[in-house]
Amino acid sequence: MTFEESDRLEPIPPSGIRKFFELAEEYDDIISLGVGEPDFAPPWSARDAAIDSLERGKTSYTANRGRRDLRERIAAFVADRYDLGYDPDDEVLVTTGVSEALDLAFRAFCDPGDSVAIAQPCYVSYVPGASLAGADVIPVPTREADDFKLTPEVLESAGAADAEMLVMCYPNNPTGATMTAAELEPVAAFAREHDLTVLSDEVYSELTYGHEHTSIAAFPGMRERTVVFNGFSKAYAMTGLRLGYALGPADAIGSMNRIHQYTMLSAPTTAQYAALDALANCDGDVAEMRAQYDRRRQFVLSRFDDMGIDCFPAAGAFYAFPECPWDDADAFAEALIEEERVAVVPGDVFGAGGEGHLRVSYATSLSDLKEAMTRIESFLD
Amino acid sequence: MSTREEILALLRENARYSNEDIARQTGLDESEVAETIEELEAEGVIRGYQAIVDPGKTDVERVRASVELNVTLDRETSYVDIAQRLAKFPEVTDLRLVSGDFDFAMEVEGDSMSEVSRFISEKVAPVPEITQTVTHYIMESYKERGVEFGDGRDDDRLSVSP
Repeated sequence: MTFEESDRLEPIPPSGIRKFFELAEEYDDIISLGVGEPDFAPPWSARDAAIDSLERGKTSYTANRGRRDLRERIAAFVADRYDLGYDPDDEVLVTTGVSEALDLAFRAFCDPGDSVAIAQPCYVSYVPGASLAGADVIPVPTREADDFKLTPEVLESAGAADAEMLVMCYPNNPTGATMTAAELEPVAAFAREHDLTVLSDEVYSELTYGHEHTSIAAFPGMRERTVVFNGFSKAYAMTGLRLGYALGPADAIGSMNRIHQYTMLSAPTTAQYAALDALANCDGDVAEMRAQYDRRRQFVLSRFDDMGIDCFPAAGAFYAFPECPWDDADAFAEALIEEERVAVVPGDVFGAGGEGHLRVSYATSLSDLKEAMTRIESFLD
Repeated sequence: MSTREEILALLRENARYSNEDIARQTGLDESEVAETIEELEAEGVIRGYQAIVDPGKTDVERVRASVELNVTLDRETSYVDIAQRLAKFPEVTDLRLVSGDFDFAMEVEGDSMSEVSRFISEKVAPVPEITQTVTHYIMESYKERGVEFGDGRDDDRLSVSP
């Protein structure tokens, strides 16, 4: 056989979302609440900057770590917004989306047999990423009783105290949960007490409603043990432009760059020009998108409330994570597509703690949301 | 944002939102929404609700022109006096005092070019304070009140994604 799959791929499960994608693709009249990306286009100013860079032929590689001016703007942005201090010279790495940065971190910091505690439910790439690096994954299921926030109790009972690394994501995909500074404090204390390295995916940081985002790296004693991941996909609706960044101590970012320089060389140049403009000129666009998401969020939560569907008040990203009215969330999601042409994703696809729930994305126009909610209501009757 | 501003923002986005739609999106009571809108209407903050129509897509085509007006004032006549006189004509759809090379920017609408031309020459130009009119017939409209008249953007996202 010519292509014998490597043993490394053995622990990589097939995507749990695939089935629902294929089912949804069968129908033309589907309203999808199963989409994990914004429905907005990127701000025109950022797109215009990308077009302008192409017209001027600015398409060569950039520095491995990303354009210096972009790293400066990123450092200034996170200092201003989240009180984080990183040196654009050696503490910022611009990557091809947060996905690349996470993969780099797993490969740079995990040895085979290391334990990585992953707060779940979570984005689908963390577990495969850690597994590919040879690490053993300790799932840390968060609980609806805690509004899916991470607590020292759930960390303790999952055995995270023995792990080398903790991976967390707030605001969270798929639950829409957020954590305030007061709620993060004990998690930071747990990480310090048990000497955990922390990977904090904060790609939804600009999408919180009702309270400001706090980064776990901002707590005392956390900067030196944390890599923060962020990017342009969610706040600026730039998913397909593939641009993210990692922030961390110089040695950590240096280790990640050792892989990045060979596997990626540099993040997409056109996207870097769009990102430069996004940071300089697009605060108003972000505020407008945030306001729209917040209205849709309140609309969806209020409709679920009317239908008698339990849903904790998710305050971030663009997801609600209601309890499934049926015991079998998988069967419910399938039947909802087939009978009412509404797609949602069962929560167990995102790992431990997600079972019995549905991820409902409100990155969809209000008119579609209204229609989808009416269909769900009639499905329940 | 205050309740009033929040409701105004939603109505400016879509004046056909029902009170229930607005209540659900803001967390306000439906009765509170209704009362606030009544207040806004009574105070003249909200002056009306109209559809944004793409003139190129209607069966009956109307002729529109944008007209620059220069005026001279005297002790008895102010900008407001002239504006009030012009605004009374149903042909005038928009009227604004502007800075720059001319005084008023006016939009007029009629069934034909001759009708609009006659209106300018017989009703507007003869007003004693008006010293000059420059009429621009509108040939094509691409965007009105924040709404683009293109084909819109297809949602080409994957129907289900992580």
